[in-house]
Amino acid sequence: MRFLRVGIIFLFFFLAACGSGATQSPSTTQVSAYIQNKGSDTLVNLALAWAEKYQAENPAVSISVTGGGSGTGIAALINGTVDLANASRKIEPGEASQLKAKGKDPVEFIVARDAIAVIVNPTNPVSQLTLQQISDIYSGKINNWSQVGGKDLPVVRLSREVNSGTHVYFRDTVIRLGQKGNTTLFATDTLLLPSSEGIVSELRQNPDAIGYDGLGYVPKDLKVIAVAKDANSPYVLPSAKTANNKTYAIARDLYMYTAGQPSGAIKKYLDWILTPEAQQIVEQLGFVPLQK
Amino acid sequence: MKRSLSWTETLITVIIRTCGYSAVVFVLLIFFFLLRQGVPALAEVKLGNLFSTRWYPIEDHFGILPLITGSIIVTVVAMLIAIPFGIGTAVFLAELAPRWLREILKPLVELLGGLPSVVLGFLGILVLAPYLRTLLNIPTGLTALAGGLLLGGIAVPTTVSIAEDALDAVPQSYREGALAMGATRWQTIWRVTLPAARSGVLTALMLGIGRTIGETMAVMMVTGNAPVLAVKLGSIFSPVRTMTATIAAEMGEVANGSTYYHVLFFIGLVLFVISLIVNIIASSVVFKSRKRAERVLS
Repeated sequence: MRFLRVGIIFLFFFLAACGSGATQSPSTTQVSAYIQNKGSDTLVNLALAWAEKYQAENPAVSISVTGGGSGTGIAALINGTVDLANASRKIEPGEASQLKAKGKDPVEFIVARDAIAVIVNPTNPVSQLTLQQISDIYSGKINNWSQVGGKDLPVVRLSREVNSGTHVYFRDTVIRLGQKGNTTLFATDTLLLPSSEGIVSELRQNPDAIGYDGLGYVPKDLKVIAVAKDANSPYVLPSAKTANNKTYAIARDLYMYTAGQPSGAIKKYLDWILTPEAQQIVEQLGFVPLQK
Repeated sequence: MKRSLSWTETLITVIIRTCGYSAVVFVLLIFFFLLRQGVPALAEVKLGNLFSTRWYPIEDHFGILPLITGSIIVTVVAMLIAIPFGIGTAVFLAELAPRWLREILKPLVELLGGLPSVVLGFLGILVLAPYLRTLLNIPTGLTALAGGLLLGGIAVPTTVSIAEDALDAVPQSYREGALAMGATRWQTIWRVTLPAARSGVLTALMLGIGRTIGETMAVMMVTGNAPVLAVKLGSIFSPVRTMTATIAAEMGEVANGSTYYHVLFFIGLVLFVISLIVNIIASSVVFKSRKRAERVLS
């Protein structure tokens, strides 16, 4: 009896869930080349958009794109399970030597540029900060918004997880101000959230929070902070333009890596990514295109 | 009278015995695997570093104390919710609810137990955490409390289902006997039925704790994952990072065989040992209660 009841309950949920579902017919095109593409979560949407467009134009090529983080992608490249690794940071010397140990050199391609936006809740009156102030906030020296001209509220620091390329880039460029030998760390009470979505949803409802993420992932309803390189520099909002002319302080290159010089379908794909047509997609997704 | 077993019976006996032993073998294999991957961490990382309070593994700060305290505090909060709610619901279902209501409620509770924890995690991040933040006026809702509440909710169905079965298995004659002696309904439940079902109820609680301490996804989504040492009472209202969330979030990144990799396995080993201790305590308590029950009832 009980099983029957559970079954009926399940059936109801199942039918309700399926009501709006659509079926997809499998593609029948002949596929001659498979490209495995994995890595940076920052790049994953862009890589997907590229792959979709490219596959639409070249039905013979099948590209699978997965995220997981820059380190994950490069690790997969070292293990030989992917053809292209997406990374939002340069390959580390340790990783490069691991790949060389397998007899292959890492080859680097800059495929787009990215600006990291520092974001707060829209009700936060603070609208501009210097790099030094952001560094002090994240290292735990500044703990109240009133210390940077805001309300008397505690600061809740949000960050991506340690395996995110964005995390490492932000630490090196902002918290350590790009100085070599600076070993300042995130304050221990920094919330490490496993996804961009986690950061956005917390920022949306928490007036005390500060976070950072790729400009392409910042929704319109959050407030973007204008950043100055130091106290004497102008405060600059991140945008495609300010990232390209290097006036915005927290901008970086995005990479794809191959193990050894690419050839065949992979080379063609990489060449296509650098064309204006592909770079237009970069702009549409809120990143910064290369040629300008 | 002597009777030789037919070969089919011998075969079935062998199969059943293999199944029985395989559980033990698997646990041992897992334990040895964890030992092999985790123990090198003790040699590679200084003990002072490993038992420090700073967890920032990508720059060789391997302090696992914040992670251990994080897991413990979340589990304690979860059990504070799961024990009263779980036993209360089980008692209601087994002793007080009319038959038809029980027929509806129990499958529903079990259905709740089948909810994927990632779905509960979404609820936690979008509903529970913002609500807790405004209700308690704390800086952020992503705290040990949010994780504990969610985990309590996850542990309740397991606890209820097994505890109710145990209560249901108590012979009707016990209740009739107690009532005939003039005991009230409450006295019957508290003094007779619950003690008689004690071992089953304890098993239910242990499985609940097991589910709680090993739960990963929901916890990773709602506790904020800040590796802060959680030893004050106020730590309940601040973010914590659990051992499970750490392993899940960071395992994808590490190079196979590196120090970082070994430390993550060492955390897994600690987690394993904690569950082992909980289970040993539980089974010893259950064993004791059984002996007492035998004494009383014989």
